[in-house]
Amino acid sequence: MRALTWHGKHDVRVDTVDDPEIINPRDAIIKITSTAICGSDLHLYDGYIPTMQAGDILGHEFMGEVVETGPKSTLQKGQRVVVPFTIACGSCYHCGKHQYSACDNGNPADNQDIGQEMYGQPMSGLFGYSHLTGGYAGGQAEYVRVPFSDVGPIVVPDGLDDDEVLFLSDILPTGWQAAENADIEPGDTVAVWGCGPVGLFAVQSAFLMGAHRVIAIDHFPHRLELAKKFGAETINFEESKTYEALMEMTGGIGPDAVIDAVGLEAHGFFVDNVVDQIKASLFLGTDRTHSIRQAIHACRKGGRVSMPAVYGGFVDKFPLGAFMEKGLTLKTGQTSVQHYMPALLNAILEGKIDTTFLISHRMGLEDAPKGYKMFHDNQNDVTKIVLKPGLAVAAQ
Amino acid sequence: MTMATDDAPPTTSKLNEERASAIAAVTRPKGDDLIGRAVTINRPRDELFAYWRDFSNLPSFMDNVERIDILSATTSHWVVKAPAGRTVEWDATITEEKAGELIAWTSAEGADVPNSGRIEFRDAGARGTIVTATIAYDPPAGVVGKVIAKLFQREPAIQARRDLRRFKQLMETGEIATAAWTQKQRDEEKA
Repeated sequence: MRALTWHGKHDVRVDTVDDPEIINPRDAIIKITSTAICGSDLHLYDGYIPTMQAGDILGHEFMGEVVETGPKSTLQKGQRVVVPFTIACGSCYHCGKHQYSACDNGNPADNQDIGQEMYGQPMSGLFGYSHLTGGYAGGQAEYVRVPFSDVGPIVVPDGLDDDEVLFLSDILPTGWQAAENADIEPGDTVAVWGCGPVGLFAVQSAFLMGAHRVIAIDHFPHRLELAKKFGAETINFEESKTYEALMEMTGGIGPDAVIDAVGLEAHGFFVDNVVDQIKASLFLGTDRTHSIRQAIHACRKGGRVSMPAVYGGFVDKFPLGAFMEKGLTLKTGQTSVQHYMPALLNAILEGKIDTTFLISHRMGLEDAPKGYKMFHDNQNDVTKIVLKPGLAVAAQ
Repeated sequence: MTMATDDAPPTTSKLNEERASAIAAVTRPKGDDLIGRAVTINRPRDELFAYWRDFSNLPSFMDNVERIDILSATTSHWVVKAPAGRTVEWDATITEEKAGELIAWTSAEGADVPNSGRIEFRDAGARGTIVTATIAYDPPAGVVGKVIAKLFQREPAIQARRDLRRFKQLMETGEIATAAWTQKQRDEEKA
């Protein structure tokens, strides 16, 4: 089959590789019809994530048609499914509590050592995101092997286009969980740092959960315009002072809940700062932690902090004093995609959530390397690239 | 003699005497390196015990065990992978057994890697069963052998941790997680 493979910094290629096979009884093989390039894929592209190996297949946002099933899969050939980016078994203690992203068994045993050393307990496996999170082949390919296919993939009803449901795989549930973690009460003002896909879905979700006002913070004008379309007020931090603006806009109180969706591009485990300590302390780390510091600083007394943004390592100058003295609550974590998929599919069916607005580019799989470069170079206009393996290569 | 005054398991103790007494507590101990590993498995105690007690099942999740020949109700012959494509072998005898609770073993004279230990199964309420492995062993060819084994990822402490994770995966999910996407890759992983 053809697949987008990683070969090094700024070097991704479409190669011919072995077709996937059923290995375990609960497996299914999916023929990919749509797969997105995620902001976090850019961190692989930029070479910041360790334990990548030449030839690794990328991609963790994907959907397609079931073409083969193991004896214990509950899927049927021909069904259209969206696949969660988190690989969860459905039968361990954490899955029983719907904490799918904390699944004990999704990550192969040998790969769990590093997580255990770094975090105290190993985390689950992810598709297409280095060998730290399992080394699973991703979905930017013609086919993919999906483990635990009886609990992960959700079957898509006929009549829905791929573009309407593809983001159930990651960014829509991630934005929804971010808003849920903010414990929004009716009448609340919620501030969202970062208007990437997760931030934008968090804006939509916050309104659906009863927020009275949502204030979106970014510096890309096009992304702020999208937030505005969903009813958010905006702060462009290149034009205005964020903390001062938030205090004035909330009558001196501060937002009731704050959501840090800035580091969200890196929702694999290991963001830049842990990978390269020097780079982290010099520029990347400071940028990334700036948003969470500012969010804590602005949040009202007794307010809630939600952090879908991913942090992999250690943080300096964390405002622990403000956090304690103001009595804040912090909720965070990788997304338990499987938990949210059914309800969010319904919300899409009922027209309560729109996802298609996000897609700025569609291209064939063979054009993926071009897509990576384009996304990397222009994050204002390129909001989301969806690869369609069935689509012909664009005319040169 | 300095013994710990806290409630932590002796396998985690910083005190040499405490660890020595834990080794002595293994029936007919062999060796003076000690490993303790606990894992909680979301399955009933009796089911886990029964699977483990049938030693012919063990190679299904112990990646470094090439094969186990059952010699009698209480004795078995183990062939285990060692660094650089070699194998080590020993006969093991069950020294103590309580149905559903405990299996203890020790290696016979002449073992390539003298070892002994116990696997214990305890109810953990709604969380299933806590399985604890306590293993005393003599690392092959002393300290140097241990370093080499670690390089090749066949160090007993690393293997014990991974084996217990695979046992958990197999019991909870019916399969062992792998990122291999072709049968050939899977076979190479197991080699």
